[in-house]
Amino acid sequence: MSEQDSRALNRVGTFQLAGEAQGSALVLSHALSFWGGVDAETGDIIDRSHPGGNVAGKILVMASGRGSSSSSSVLAEAIRRGTAPAGIILEWPDPILAVGAIVAEFLYEISMPLVVCDISGIVSGDRIAIGLGEGDRAMVSRI
Amino acid sequence: MMLKLTAEDQSMLDGEHGRAVAAAMKILVAFSNAVGARQLLDIAGAHIDGCLYHGQASLDFVERLVEGGGRVRVPTTLNVGSFDLIHPGLVKMPAAQEVPARRLMKAHLELGCQATFTCAPYQTRFRPAFGEQIAWGESNAIVFANSVIGARTNRYGDFIDLCCAMTGRAPAWGLHLSENRRGQLLFELTGSFEPADALFVGVGLIVGQRSGDRIPVISGLPQPRDEDQLKALGAAAATTGAVALFHAVGITPEARSLDEAFRGMAPEATIRICRADIDQALAKLSSVPEGAPLAAVSLGTPHFSHDEWTRLLPMLREVAPGRGIPIYVNTGRATLKRLQDEGELHDAEKLNLIPVTDTCTYVTSVLARLDGVVMTNSGKWAHYAPGNIGVSVAFGDLEDCVRSAAAGHVVRGAR
Repeated sequence: MSEQDSRALNRVGTFQLAGEAQGSALVLSHALSFWGGVDAETGDIIDRSHPGGNVAGKILVMASGRGSSSSSSVLAEAIRRGTAPAGIILEWPDPILAVGAIVAEFLYEISMPLVVCDISGIVSGDRIAIGLGEGDRAMVSRI
Repeated sequence: MMLKLTAEDQSMLDGEHGRAVAAAMKILVAFSNAVGARQLLDIAGAHIDGCLYHGQASLDFVERLVEGGGRVRVPTTLNVGSFDLIHPGLVKMPAAQEVPARRLMKAHLELGCQATFTCAPYQTRFRPAFGEQIAWGESNAIVFANSVIGARTNRYGDFIDLCCAMTGRAPAWGLHLSENRRGQLLFELTGSFEPADALFVGVGLIVGQRSGDRIPVISGLPQPRDEDQLKALGAAAATTGAVALFHAVGITPEARSLDEAFRGMAPEATIRICRADIDQALAKLSSVPEGAPLAAVSLGTPHFSHDEWTRLLPMLREVAPGRGIPIYVNTGRATLKRLQDEGELHDAEKLNLIPVTDTCTYVTSVLARLDGVVMTNSGKWAHYAPGNIGVSVAFGDLEDCVRSAAAGHVVRGAR
């Protein structure tokens, strides 16, 4: 088995908001609140309990969302500005991020996929693709 | 698991009640599916936390509903905005920010929401009743409605609260359902406590920190003097944590006994709180020592009730702060109007009293000086103000705040 094969990753998940995306994974060790945690103008992570970085265009991977319901607005605003992640993968569903993604799709017709699936084994820097599977399933794979 | 819509829900979704209602129902359906609700339920009212400007997306959303001819279908109150519309000139803001922020408040009125602009809708004539299903935003209002009144709401917010108001419906999940309102975690106060304001703030801070997503039950709390003390507890718990409902045994309506609070089941864990824990939690709210010179006092987070004004005013007249230290009091516009009609505020200027309505001193630029120490009796204000507006904070109870204003520096325990 080649090294490539041992790193193969194909997961089936559920969509909180359906869409397709590809990008470099940014895996966070603990939950990030978009309100007070992400600058919607730049996508920079400003919550000092995280090591920093920028979410724009990434596949953001974390166990769960966290914090104030104002995170919905910040995510929607980041999607509008193009500073949001290309997609978000969570271990647990999050109503607050779901609202931000749903409203951004409604207002701006931009579908940022929000997926719930097993996140184990994904590391920062992996190229991840989120696709539409059968029966509205989310397909998450390393490419 | 699929969401089942009624014929009426479906007709809203299909646009038979106009474009705005269809949009709101579409978002509500997507949200309900995302949280796994199986049906929607009727609500008696809504409280919208959408008047603080978080960027263009906030305004685009409300404008879309206005353009679609939208009107709320249930009585709907509004939370604070970025402006004091009653006292123009009090909030200082660059024009580029002021225009969209003002428009956001006005657009909500065009949807038929009530111009309450208060974080304490439970102090208005729109206060819900026990057992009523509502869809409320604003963390302190949510915890008060669920815990102190026994009305039923989840932690709604941004966009969804308004979608519920536009449709008169909410997803049937979480705290709307009896089976999810059972206490899970027991906080036991050890020792005997007087019902001092600071006690309720301190307990709230600890309960918020330690509850996570479980529902706390508090035992050993003395009978509060009034519901303002429970308001302070809830606001603190919703500041340090995500508490949407607490039960206080023998005090709140769904906890007449420990057994009722836990619905006969055992607590998942018990956490003991002693006097030292409370003192420690409160001490963390102050970043300056006793004696530090004061720039201002800020009261009324959440918005001051009529009862609180009735306690404050005689205290102020007795101590007569004469040093020119402004005492800002955030309050609802209806409460202020009532006080004015009663002639209670005739000497406000002499007392250095600055009533603030429609907004709050920690979310927008009201304070004349941000370079000094501000004293407050609010755990919520003490927690958020340093990060939001960059002030140093001293926490103290109401008497201490008034006496400190008179002395010009932080004084505690002066009786």
